[in-house]
Amino acid sequence: MQKNIRKYFPVFALPTLIAFVVAFLYPFAMGIYLSFTKFTTVENAKFVGFDNYIQAFSDKDFLNALWFTTKFTVVSVLTINIFAFFLAMLLTKAIKGTNLFRSIFFMPNLIGGIVLGYIWNLLINGVLNKYGVDITFAAKYGFWGLVILMNWQMIGYMMIIYIAGLQNIPTDLNEAASIDGANNFQILRHITIPMVMPSITICMFLTITNSFKLFDQNLALTKGAPGKQTAMVALDIYNNFYGRIGWQGIGQAKAVVFFIIVAVIAFVQLWGTRRKEVEH
Amino acid sequence: MTARKKIVNSFIFLFLSALAIAFLVPIFVVFLNSFKTKFSIVGSPFELPTQETFVGLENYIYGIKTAGLLKAFGLSLFITVSSVVVIVVCCSMTAWYVTRVKTKGTRILYTLFIFSMIVPFQMVMYTMTYTVFQLHLNNPVGIILVYLGFGSGLSVFMLSGFIKSVPIEVEEAAMIDGCSPLQSFFLVVFPILKPTAITVAILNTMWIWNDFLLPYLVLGADKTMPVAIQLTMQGAYGSINWGGFMAMLVIAIIPIVVFYITCQKHIIKGVVAGAVKG
Repeated sequence: MQKNIRKYFPVFALPTLIAFVVAFLYPFAMGIYLSFTKFTTVENAKFVGFDNYIQAFSDKDFLNALWFTTKFTVVSVLTINIFAFFLAMLLTKAIKGTNLFRSIFFMPNLIGGIVLGYIWNLLINGVLNKYGVDITFAAKYGFWGLVILMNWQMIGYMMIIYIAGLQNIPTDLNEAASIDGANNFQILRHITIPMVMPSITICMFLTITNSFKLFDQNLALTKGAPGKQTAMVALDIYNNFYGRIGWQGIGQAKAVVFFIIVAVIAFVQLWGTRRKEVEH
Repeated sequence: MTARKKIVNSFIFLFLSALAIAFLVPIFVVFLNSFKTKFSIVGSPFELPTQETFVGLENYIYGIKTAGLLKAFGLSLFITVSSVVVIVVCCSMTAWYVTRVKTKGTRILYTLFIFSMIVPFQMVMYTMTYTVFQLHLNNPVGIILVYLGFGSGLSVFMLSGFIKSVPIEVEEAAMIDGCSPLQSFFLVVFPILKPTAITVAILNTMWIWNDFLLPYLVLGADKTMPVAIQLTMQGAYGSINWGGFMAMLVIAIIPIVVFYITCQKHIIKGVVAGAVKG
């Protein structure tokens, strides 16, 4: 049978393969190469070794973007997961209207980043206007604006995953514990949290990568203003490519660094999950 | 105990209701402002429309006539629907091929598909745009191929995960009965794949409909909804027609809300499945 199917390679696999090579594989390889060159268009690329990487790490904007992105990721990962877990706990109790609540909390997740960014731009500026400032007045406004936006977008999504995890806990486990005299906090700490660990890992990973790679929301909410103080890594790379002549090579080098950071996060995550699965 | 529990539960209910309203306020505010004059939006977005500030459907008419709203909407719809159809058909065929044919080549290909999922867009942003322009794919039809390439990682991964659990005997029986691989795929395998295919379709629909940067870089003059919205705001901050802009936001949100209400179960299931596997 395998041989029989193999003859059909042009029908089954070739179209996807061509698209994959054109849209991803070839551009990826070319991106690695270009990160070692100086160029304004692909045709005039000149090999410069690690020059771009050295320049990238001595660029104040890039270091600021890395720091801002890290800070933002830590704060939003913590807030999103705590709120989402808390909501999931409430929504797995027998309360009227849980389905409706779930639907409402999840909905913002479907709205695209650009639209989300402008919705919150309007709201936050509407509030700040009363104090005579706007969101681009200071970096802290942009930072907390992004955190609020990200919470609004992702809490419902993470909540759904936590609910699925909580519903998998057998009820007799909780009952046995409370008969043995465990209080609510002890049940949470020694039963609920260990039992939903797989959901926690998934949610951590999703919130970390989504926060770290954020672009559309950042562009629409502050565009990096004031100055470039609220520009995250993705926006900084974009600005190098399309806003700063002669910086394309450095932008590409930053993109490679960005890729490596995201890949490391993914591998640590995968390794952690694998290790835990062995333990079980 | 039960009386106390009842009180606690009604407190939780009240708390959740308040929170649900807070979650809906942002969307409601945008909706409200789309009916106000363009001068009464910035600075006072929380004021209800009054007799002086209410303009009826004027903003929507402006958006359609001047900002090319209908064109952007139609283009977004065309690109999203055709890309999703192409992705689901091509990727399920590819997923079946790489799962059933065990060679070094298919193993490498499968690994590359998974690898592509962790690469951020900025890594290939510039070089992909260059390649697409070189091949003259920078139009609403060419972009479908680009979406197939970008969507193939997650889609092939999810679909082949499911195919691994489909018993191979069913397909073998079909082939012994004289079906060609193409027939046995479309008559036997594809119907079994349906639940995962729906998940893949939903994840890709949400991504492509909302995608901004890729169509912005690739399409040039043709604008999808997110691109049209961003470009409206990129101009001079003072001279922008905020009323028309609010109407644009509402029109971008409405299809998502309709889509969500009609296939909510599938969406939530699909998103959870996508998260767990991805």
